[in-house]
Amino acid sequence: MGAECNCNCQADSNKKIDELILKYRGNPNGLIVVLAAIQQEMGYLPKDLMIKVAEELNVPLTDVYGVATFYAAFTLRPRGRHSINLCLGTACYVKGAPEVQAAIEKELKIKAGETTEDRRFTFDVVRCLGACGIAPVMTVDGEVHPRMTPEKVSEVLSKYE
Amino acid sequence: MTFQELEEIRIKAKKALAARLGEEPTDEYKYHVLVCGGTGCHSSGCQAVADALEKALADEGLKNSVKLIQTGCMGACQLGPVVMVYPGAYHYCSVKPEDVADIVNEHLKNGRFVERLCYRNSKGELQATMPEMDFFKKQHKIALRNCGLIDPVSIEEYIGMDGFAALAKVLKEMSPQQVIDEVKKSGLRGRGGAGFPTGLKWQFMADQQADQKYVICNGDEGDPGAFMDNAVLTGDPYSVIEAMTICGYATGATKGYAYIRLEYPLAIRNFKKALEVCRQKGLLGKNILGTDFSFDIEIREGAGAFVCGEETALMASTEGKRGEPRPRPPFPAVSGLFGKPSNINNVETWANICPIILKGADWYSGIGVGKSKGTKVFALAGKVVNSGLVEVPMGIKLREVVEEIGGGIASGKKFKAAQTGGPSGGCIPAEHFDTPLDYETLASLGSIVGSGGLIITDEDTCMVDLAKFYLGFTQDESCGKCTPCRIGTKRMLEIMERISKGLGREGDIELLEELAYMIKQSALCGLGQTAPNPILSTLKYYRDEYEAHIKDKTCPAGVCKIRGAKKATS
Repeated sequence: MGAECNCNCQADSNKKIDELILKYRGNPNGLIVVLAAIQQEMGYLPKDLMIKVAEELNVPLTDVYGVATFYAAFTLRPRGRHSINLCLGTACYVKGAPEVQAAIEKELKIKAGETTEDRRFTFDVVRCLGACGIAPVMTVDGEVHPRMTPEKVSEVLSKYE
Repeated sequence: MTFQELEEIRIKAKKALAARLGEEPTDEYKYHVLVCGGTGCHSSGCQAVADALEKALADEGLKNSVKLIQTGCMGACQLGPVVMVYPGAYHYCSVKPEDVADIVNEHLKNGRFVERLCYRNSKGELQATMPEMDFFKKQHKIALRNCGLIDPVSIEEYIGMDGFAALAKVLKEMSPQQVIDEVKKSGLRGRGGAGFPTGLKWQFMADQQADQKYVICNGDEGDPGAFMDNAVLTGDPYSVIEAMTICGYATGATKGYAYIRLEYPLAIRNFKKALEVCRQKGLLGKNILGTDFSFDIEIREGAGAFVCGEETALMASTEGKRGEPRPRPPFPAVSGLFGKPSNINNVETWANICPIILKGADWYSGIGVGKSKGTKVFALAGKVVNSGLVEVPMGIKLREVVEEIGGGIASGKKFKAAQTGGPSGGCIPAEHFDTPLDYETLASLGSIVGSGGLIITDEDTCMVDLAKFYLGFTQDESCGKCTPCRIGTKRMLEIMERISKGLGREGDIELLEELAYMIKQSALCGLGQTAPNPILSTLKYYRDEYEAHIKDKTCPAGVCKIRGAKKATS
């Protein structure tokens, strides 16, 4: 995130990551904590950083890759500028989330788990967001859109450039 | 903080809370206005309402006479954003920023409640206050006692609600064994799903000799459709911290981990804040309340994996590894986190501990039925009028929850089935509508209490489709370590998919059953062992729906898209 701007945010990100790596140097228990920080700062897990983490935390690179691909929070490719998460928990499912999913996929011409070519959106389906009372629920960059319908998809997404 | 300082804070805090406890206000505030900040209301836009209230109070010069607080989940998520005004517990529903002027001018300035914002039941009867509302009448709040009533991160308000009184009692008056005996006697069972007696679990760990032991909070609430742990962690984090500390004292552990799933950012924020405050006040760390006892808690954020709700997988994940379960024994009480004795309990279980210590095991075991003591929080959702979080005594009838608390089926259609226990559970069909909700009865019907997801379906729900949904979930979340779960659930899902497309074959039902029993018997952990339950349960009660898909190529509920299907007539 910040790879395209001229401010110091990239340097800040690197500093944060370096500090955390230092804290867990030689301690494999910190692997998820460190990877989570990298994911948050960079938007994905770049290969060179995974190699660095493996060396510094004393974890085999295969294990770093194993953890990175095990958890839903980690991605190995850069994500879009905006993240859409559609809840497919039970309450949302029975209240029509699959129809909303179809509408999003049609609108963006991508499937769940993919990023649009212009990197405007990454679309994921997620398990319960814990807001079953206002199902079906969708979040865009953490902003919650309750009671979604296929008809509302276009309008909601148009707000994110 | 010393014992005496704690009590001094409590006396002051109780006075400040009087208006909310149905007593005459004793503090300088004439009204307390509470805005629900639970996940549901947050999503419905409660922040804009809170901001509008803040501004209106400032503009009208009411800031010194009206106390404005953002709380955790109040329960009635369907009706959010919710604003409550005390004294009187007036419950305003679906409040928008433009409604704020009426609340301020009518209620806060002139003392007249705003009728148009109050709840009306399906008969059109006005139920203006929380105690009057059908949704709350049959509830009995123990685990959720503070949720929606206090400022979640204010330690004074928590102390005012008897917070840290249980810890003080334990440290002053009780031996570790007495604490365990009290929990054992209460009959409390694990609320995460398995229902194992909590006191017994504590005893196993206490009996171990080790240089280090761990207390763990399982906040990896993964059942899609259950959100009570989210509510407790967000709305009453201190209650979990206090309970974990008590367990540490009882079992000889000095270090705790709280594993909270990443999808709950509000819970993580509030819990972190609460940990900091506890450390500052000497309620965590070295020499708690001036005693010899030391205990601290570290937070671990999950990284998105359902299987991490399984205890051995959760511990592996806390150690920074892939969240894969391992065979038991050894049980965590013998060899758990970092190979040390560990005790792990679910968030809702923790939330029951302090009231048990304070009010006694006999009080707690007086609630509930048979071997299911106390209360259970259910996340009532699906096609019901009032969805939300409800805490009810164990053994309450399903009908009471759906019709009286939930207000019946939303569409005015017929109740078809209740799904309990999420992807590990099963369904309760209409003919068992009067069934009591407790561990034993639900097990005898082929379902489970589980973590408390309670999804209501009506006649428009296709049970084949619902079972396919759950199987798709577990298949996707299978960690892949053991073959029965990794491959077996995949094969079952393939069969379910062809059935729902109208491509089912003669013999598919039998094949599903054979696979289901094999997976149940041979999978490594709870995820795999219970994954076939939704299929078996729907086959038990709705076999005709499966047969309609396979033989007649129709979906009776009209949900599955079958090419060239006859239009459903029923």
